[in-house]
Amino acid sequence: MNRFFSNASCVGLLFIAALARTGTAHAQANAVPASLPKDAAYVLKSPDESAIPDGGYGKSVKEGEQIFLHTQQHAGAFVGNNLNCASCHLDAGRKANASPFGAAYVAYPAYRSKNGHVNTFAERLQGCFRYSMNGKVPPLGDPVLVSLESYAAWLSKGAPVGGKISGSGYPKVPKPALPADYLRGSQVYAQTCALCHGATGHGQLSDGKMVFPALWGNQSFNWGAGMHSVDNAAGFIKANMPLALGNTLTDQQAWDVAMFMDSHERPQDPRFTGSVAQTRLKYHDSEYSMYGRTVQGHMLGSQP
Amino acid sequence: MEVGWLWGYRWLLAAVLALASSAAAWAQPADLGQTVALNGTAAGVAACIACHGMKGEGDAIGGFPRIAGLDSDYIEAQLVAYASGQRQSSLMELPAKLLAPAERSAVAAYFSQLQSYSPDRAIVIDESAQPSDAGAWLATRGRWSQNLPACAQCHGATGLGVGATFPPLTGQPASYLALQLHHWKDGSRPAGPMGLMHLVAGKLSDRDITAVAAYYGGPNALIQQPLPGARK
Repeated sequence: MNRFFSNASCVGLLFIAALARTGTAHAQANAVPASLPKDAAYVLKSPDESAIPDGGYGKSVKEGEQIFLHTQQHAGAFVGNNLNCASCHLDAGRKANASPFGAAYVAYPAYRSKNGHVNTFAERLQGCFRYSMNGKVPPLGDPVLVSLESYAAWLSKGAPVGGKISGSGYPKVPKPALPADYLRGSQVYAQTCALCHGATGHGQLSDGKMVFPALWGNQSFNWGAGMHSVDNAAGFIKANMPLALGNTLTDQQAWDVAMFMDSHERPQDPRFTGSVAQTRLKYHDSEYSMYGRTVQGHMLGSQP
Repeated sequence: MEVGWLWGYRWLLAAVLALASSAAAWAQPADLGQTVALNGTAAGVAACIACHGMKGEGDAIGGFPRIAGLDSDYIEAQLVAYASGQRQSSLMELPAKLLAPAERSAVAAYFSQLQSYSPDRAIVIDESAQPSDAGAWLATRGRWSQNLPACAQCHGATGLGVGATFPPLTGQPASYLALQLHHWKDGSRPAGPMGLMHLVAGKLSDRDITAVAAYYGGPNALIQQPLPGARK
């Protein structure tokens, strides 16, 4: 049942045998920095801020940028937590390996297994509000979606439509030598994350506004968000955290702390069927989802 | 006989009373802190307000930082660092050494509860910053091509800081901010938690430092009316 994650107590002889078998492969994989561009991938260089054109389109681009940076202030009706788009998409959606917004724009329309049909870019944005922002879905054509789409399109200038873009999404971090572990993750958290996100993971405010986003709890993303999946979180953390110190954690530390972060309660998955077990089966049947698993004696998803 | 018995313990009684009254004085650090702040100490520490201003508001011309409204633990940590020589300052080393630990925490508590900044010194969240305005751009957007986060990403959108770790920038004299960034850059001020400030300052040119210090401390950073929701 639990193929990937393990409590410290589960680490035994079996595991050591597995380590011996795959040790060489891991050593090689770890030697390649997660941020290296893939072969033949296009390096997106979004236009300079000063290049935002005058006129109606430029105005929409600028509005989209401000929504992206200050989401609560500019799109508050659709936001249910205190995160901003730029909390995860760093540098206002420009940073490679922090799911750059311009690279995402040219990847749609795309089929998504998450909802089983082809999604337009606007529908993909709706998903961000529903899950990552734990909010309400802006209707198609709403100025919030139009402005965000304008901003994404402007950032994508020059990118090949449907082509491979260097640093798109979050990097895939090679599976670590040891299965991701809650206790080790809690130590990484205390040493490298708590300074900013707080000992309780609830983030910190300055002058009443979020500075350091909540990583779990009711002001964070909900159980349906991509970041709840430990592989995504490990990729984001490895490449970008701590802020200004990206790529300083080992792969093992990134997996451990991602697993620790995603092993805390957060707002319920909006697709909740009424039963955690059934919701897990339907939407979280993944080795990377902690939803419905029991950690530290608590079944995650049962008390969001 | 009864009176005589009590009289025999009169010195003990006096000692207990004296201890109780000194404990009461110790339990009111604001008073001790105020005394140190306004009058200095018998050990030879000058009054803090002589340089930092009557209300701890700092002095832009002298480059003396605002200490009013700073987090108490942060102020105390700076005094400890000055006393140990970890943070170097020809002006602060001696007074910090001469202060007793209880005086340090008392004076830190005193200044922390003073008004943090006057409402006409609130900073604007500049949403129209352009890369050509190096100060505003570094403060609000950073320079991610060098993995350099914006100041606001740790010190808050209005630069008012977070807790004991990320002090306020808004309202500090530009000369003080610039000097600190130079000190972090050349390693003469301890790099702080996780070495972040040495790392950050090392990516700033002299021109960047001047610009970003002016953004938070210069006249251009100031507006005449408070922001909605600005702290009183």
